[in-house]
Amino acid sequence: MSYLVDKNGYYGQFGGAFIPEMLHPNVEELKENYLQIIEAREFQEEFAQLLRDYVGRPTPLYFAHRLSEHHNAKIYLKREDLCHTGAHKVNNTIGQIILAKKLGKNKVIAETGAGQHGVATATVCALMGMECVVYMGKIDMERQRPNVERMRILGATVVPATSGSQTLKDATNEAMRHWISNPLDTHYIIGSVVGPHPYPDMVARFQSVISEEMKLQLKAATGNEEPNYVIACVGGGSNAAGAFYHYLDAEEVKLVAVEAAGKGINSGESAATCVLGKAGVLHGSKTLLMQTEDGQVIEPYSISAGLDYPGIGPMHAHLFETGRVKFENATDEEAMLAGIELSRLEGIIPAIESAHALAALSKISFKPDDVVVVNLSGRGDKDLETYIRWGKY
Amino acid sequence: MNIKVTNRINELFEHKKSGILSVYYTAGFPKLNDTLDIARHLQAAGADLIEIGIPFSDPVADGPTIQQSNKQALDNGMTLKLLFSQLEELRQHVQIPVIMMGYINPVIQFGVDNFCKACEKCGIDGLILPDLPIKEYVADYKDKFEAHGLRNIFLITPQTAESRIREIDEQSDGFIYMVSSASTTGAKAHVVQDQIAYFQRVRAMQLKNQTLVGFGISNKETFETAVQNSNGAIIGSAFINLLEKSVDLEKDIKSFVEAIKGLSS
Ligand SMILES: Cc1ncc(COP(=O)(O)O)c(C=O)c1O
Repeated sequence: MSYLVDKNGYYGQFGGAFIPEMLHPNVEELKENYLQIIEAREFQEEFAQLLRDYVGRPTPLYFAHRLSEHHNAKIYLKREDLCHTGAHKVNNTIGQIILAKKLGKNKVIAETGAGQHGVATATVCALMGMECVVYMGKIDMERQRPNVERMRILGATVVPATSGSQTLKDATNEAMRHWISNPLDTHYIIGSVVGPHPYPDMVARFQSVISEEMKLQLKAATGNEEPNYVIACVGGGSNAAGAFYHYLDAEEVKLVAVEAAGKGINSGESAATCVLGKAGVLHGSKTLLMQTEDGQVIEPYSISAGLDYPGIGPMHAHLFETGRVKFENATDEEAMLAGIELSRLEGIIPAIESAHALAALSKISFKPDDVVVVNLSGRGDKDLETYIRWGKY
Repeated sequence: MNIKVTNRINELFEHKKSGILSVYYTAGFPKLNDTLDIARHLQAAGADLIEIGIPFSDPVADGPTIQQSNKQALDNGMTLKLLFSQLEELRQHVQIPVIMMGYINPVIQFGVDNFCKACEKCGIDGLILPDLPIKEYVADYKDKFEAHGLRNIFLITPQTAESRIREIDEQSDGFIYMVSSASTTGAKAHVVQDQIAYFQRVRAMQLKNQTLVGFGISNKETFETAVQNSNGAIIGSAFINLLEKSVDLEKDIKSFVEAIKGLSS
């Protein structure tokens, strides 16, 4: 079985391109060109060079001694938190901005929830001298003030999404509407492995650099490029897609995705799509979706703004359905405790998204020799306010 | 199964070739139980075709006016199930063609088979599902829709390639919805020269289906420009704006429709 996209843009029953006709030419243009562009040598060289010199790749694979001792396994951290701008998101925006240039676009739009993808997009637009508009839910703009100002300092225009629930899904709706009204000169940089085909595949390819490096680094550190476990958090699923990518067919590697359970799966305030969702269509793809019986999308909740998306990428829906990836979830409380634990044991304050992946370490019974890689998707600087408000440290 | 029975949409286009007025409104807006009354008043006022919107939480193809009406309808408690129960009596009151317009997710959750059966039972003639692309339609939906006498209406835009317009024409039996410009739904005061060139370009293709122009049609002026180059036009946001303000639906709908049709009727 293949876990990657098929020629029709599907992962099993999930995926596709459920878009209004107004978006067809834009998405078709991407679909027809993306592979040819990103597989070309010239693109590969520019991408690799920017990832190295600008983003700071390869990111270290760090053996976490004290954390390993604590959980009685050999735990490595893939340090995406050390990327320029503070998270893995920039791997994708670097790839897409080069692609946008090759497609002859001179304007870029993006959606953002916590602001990490917005900042990563504003950053690459500044780098390439492109006009940048970022849609952000009005409520998220109030919650993530510093990231709004970071985007503005970088020269981006931040537009509040005032429709619907005024958060990430509505920012995505607004970005799509903007694209409908500006079909010719604008590229839409989606921030995760969501949206219509070819976005999930394209974003996964750009993020796959994470597991590509992991294999080499593990081989050097342990003599074996395959660990026993790879663990990553899932909002839309881009850091997890990147961390799993080159291990998908290595069935002996256990892949663990961690969703945000918010205040608890049955609390009514959660973002654990695999537990609470059903197959449906949002933002151009068929995937697992949190929704009412009537098919209205439910606003999810998590303490982590980067994980409160009502769906997951279609690739992950398929990985869940086939059982290839085991889906766990962590509550706000569990994630915050895991974030503090890493800070105290290793001197690394993780993003609260990434802290959800760390929380899974307490839920799995490892053997002492198990090699475990946790994808540390981002750093906690942006979350200081949330740590302070939570207070228990 | 492939023997198509002519339905009200086909009959309308057979008998009327120009100046067709189609009006869109959102079910359950402004009040939950207005759905059927608005249909009755539209027919009485002289509309040729009615499009009833199924409200959705995330209407990406719609501008602010229709977004807001979707939100209010959902806040009022509208669901697809309730809508079908409101429409049970539709055909006791309304004889003109009625289309349901909405996003695919509520349809999937209702169950495509159940949805088609319910449409047929209520006398619905066709569907407009903007986020159901032609490829998916042909693969998974077409047979089901046809088995229940439902015509699927596709959109084309100024950016739609000629080869794709031909493909859509081939798969359509009813009419083609010409989106007037690269935009989401919303009332505009004028039709610009570029749009007229696009209307004329499509007309010159001599499609087998007739065309209605929609998005941005708001008043007598925009309606008349649109119908000079197509078989008719669709009004949505401007009508929603009227409903929102209306204190006497029957009277206001009558004068709205009359003002639009003016000389063209
Ligand atoms: C640090 C970090 N990790 C994870 C995520 C979740 O996104 P994804 O699931 O696409 O990796 C975000 C999103 O903002 C993030 O900022």
